[in-house]
Amino acid sequence: MMVSSRLSVVDVDLCVGCQSCMFACTRRFGEGGLSKSSIHVRSAGGFERGFVVIVCKACEDPPCARVCPTDALRLRIGGGVILRKEKCIGCGNCVKACVIGAVFWDDESNKPVICIHCGYCAKFCPYGVIKLETQEGGKA
Amino acid sequence: MSLEAIPSKILYIDLSSRSFWVKDRHELFQKYLGGAGVAIKLLHEEIKPNVDPLSADNVIVFTVGPLTGMYPLASKTVAMFKSPLTGNLGESHAGGRSAISIRMAGYGGIVIKGASDRPIYLAIHGDKVSFRDASTLWGMRSSYTVGRVLREFESGAGIRSIMRIGRAGERLVSYACVVTETYRHFGRLGLGAVWGSKRLKALVISGRRSIKPKDPKLYREVYNSIFDAVTKSPLMKKYHELGTSMNITPLNKLRALPTRNLKEAHFEDADKISGEAFAERFLGRRVACAHCPVSCIHLAILREPYVTEPYFYKTTMISYDYELIYALGSMLRLSSPEGLLKLIDEVEKEGLDAMSCGVALAWATEMLERGLITKDDLNGITLKWGDFDSYIRAVDQLVEQSTEFYKALAKGVEYASKRYGGEEFALSFGGNEMPGYHTGPAAHIGYLTGARHSHLDGAGYSIDEKSLASNVKLNVEQIVDSLIKEESWRQILSSLVICYFARGIYRPDMVVKALKPLGYDLNEEDLNRLGIEILREKYRFKFREGFDIKKLKLPKRVSETPSPSGQISPEFVMEGVNLYIKKLNLE
Repeated sequence: MMVSSRLSVVDVDLCVGCQSCMFACTRRFGEGGLSKSSIHVRSAGGFERGFVVIVCKACEDPPCARVCPTDALRLRIGGGVILRKEKCIGCGNCVKACVIGAVFWDDESNKPVICIHCGYCAKFCPYGVIKLETQEGGKA
Repeated sequence: MSLEAIPSKILYIDLSSRSFWVKDRHELFQKYLGGAGVAIKLLHEEIKPNVDPLSADNVIVFTVGPLTGMYPLASKTVAMFKSPLTGNLGESHAGGRSAISIRMAGYGGIVIKGASDRPIYLAIHGDKVSFRDASTLWGMRSSYTVGRVLREFESGAGIRSIMRIGRAGERLVSYACVVTETYRHFGRLGLGAVWGSKRLKALVISGRRSIKPKDPKLYREVYNSIFDAVTKSPLMKKYHELGTSMNITPLNKLRALPTRNLKEAHFEDADKISGEAFAERFLGRRVACAHCPVSCIHLAILREPYVTEPYFYKTTMISYDYELIYALGSMLRLSSPEGLLKLIDEVEKEGLDAMSCGVALAWATEMLERGLITKDDLNGITLKWGDFDSYIRAVDQLVEQSTEFYKALAKGVEYASKRYGGEEFALSFGGNEMPGYHTGPAAHIGYLTGARHSHLDGAGYSIDEKSLASNVKLNVEQIVDSLIKEESWRQILSSLVICYFARGIYRPDMVVKALKPLGYDLNEEDLNRLGIEILREKYRFKFREGFDIKKLKLPKRVSETPSPSGQISPEFVMEGVNLYIKKLNLE
């Protein structure tokens, strides 16, 4: 049986907007800042209303992959996609196709930034807002 | 795009010519780190001696530091300018998303010069700088609304900072603040009025860069140890749970909580407006500054029924902290938490520094009580201890400056008391209104000498508290030595723009460790030396602008109301002030 993992937002009301997860995501590459982050936290229209946490939903039939003209986004086991950088031409169709805005853009490489559901961000969320869930029998 | 770990770019903006340019100032950040260190150097470069703080010749400097965006809690922006309240060095710090946004837009600092001929706001998105018309925003009654409009009009949700002034800034009240992210402020010393004088209504800034450390592996290791310390250590607990308002109860028990314009240092109704009371009855949400897992920002929910419309409620969220509860609460003898929240809300909408405003209203109340002014001076308002309605109406009149008295009060209690009398109970320290700690002589020596006349300069209150706890009375030299030691170390913290709440974590050895993977090779001794040097740079600016210890004086009220350390002797305090300046060895 295949085992796969998926990042999920457990309880968005616990989010304080510290954005530690966003910084963690870029730090995976040993860098500070945000340009390589594939998770985003913004207010729900002012801090008083709380926050919106945008993460890849790991769609089973991801629209981002469907609109990719070069087949650079390969389906991932357990949902979502994996980017094959060498095939990507930087057209940005995938960004437009994701209605929740979970495909981000790295200006440096001019290619999308895609969540790989590694769960590194969740380790830096002190409030338990996000969690890496493992599941059995994931589809590719 | 990745930036180097040591910041270098300064964005210069001239509002008069509507032009901007970027200069590489790597050498400044290499030597002075960032924040306060770089800001004071830029101020020396940019402001000519003796300029009018409200003229186009004043300059606003914003700086962040090399740890910003790299480590948690390096989340403050330092603003420096010439203060319209004191006529001297102005320095104010704010969190929110301001620091992260400036760094992520690619800058270590921003210098704003000149003045616009019509209302304007700046939109800085990475390399793009736009000068946008703000005529429609000018005069808006609430700073909340200005934020809401810009939130919808500008891009960068989640990675931007929206700084703006309220009507108080537009109308040049000397202690107007700049509000950022609705609930944080460049509070003290009147940055809002400087913006108003330049017709600068707002500044929106966003960016999404990354930063390359020199040693990525070590960087991640150090990061993890700091993050662990911040999230697991008991050091951050008080900021995290009740927030700074937890100070109300212990300070009141100690008899160090200024009440009724410091006629007393104990408030009999303190339990009604304490951090515990707010948490139990009003706390609605806790939020955090960007890249800070602590979440010390406490928002209260106030639900008010409409008198004319059944089953209709107005629901407001209002941020509260210790200093607001002191200045707008105990100082005015407000025991209704609902009334206090309404007054805080009014002060926020207008964009005033809550501390100066509270002290000004407390002084005005005593002036009326003593018959030194009349109801007419207050445009018909009878200021009365505990009557929040009268205070809410007075805030509006103060911003409007509807009478000669309000016009004077809008310039601070020192100015107003020189004109109307009542100097002996005007709680002004070098022109700045008193913070909420009447703990003992160290606090007051600190207020008079500190570069910002703030309790945060040398933490004198903490020296008093430690001396009380250990029952060891310090002599004047010991107090001054402690103040200088603490204040010079705080120059390092504020050059790295580390929030002072994290000072227990960013101890000297930790700061050395944190700087290493970024490419700085400094030891603790180097940092201590640099701290003193930055402090001296500030005093050089202050003396250049006419700072004179002979003109400083301790308000008489301070020595009349006993502190927990006993009756405060003005001679002792002034001896401390003289010794402080002597020990800094400025020549």
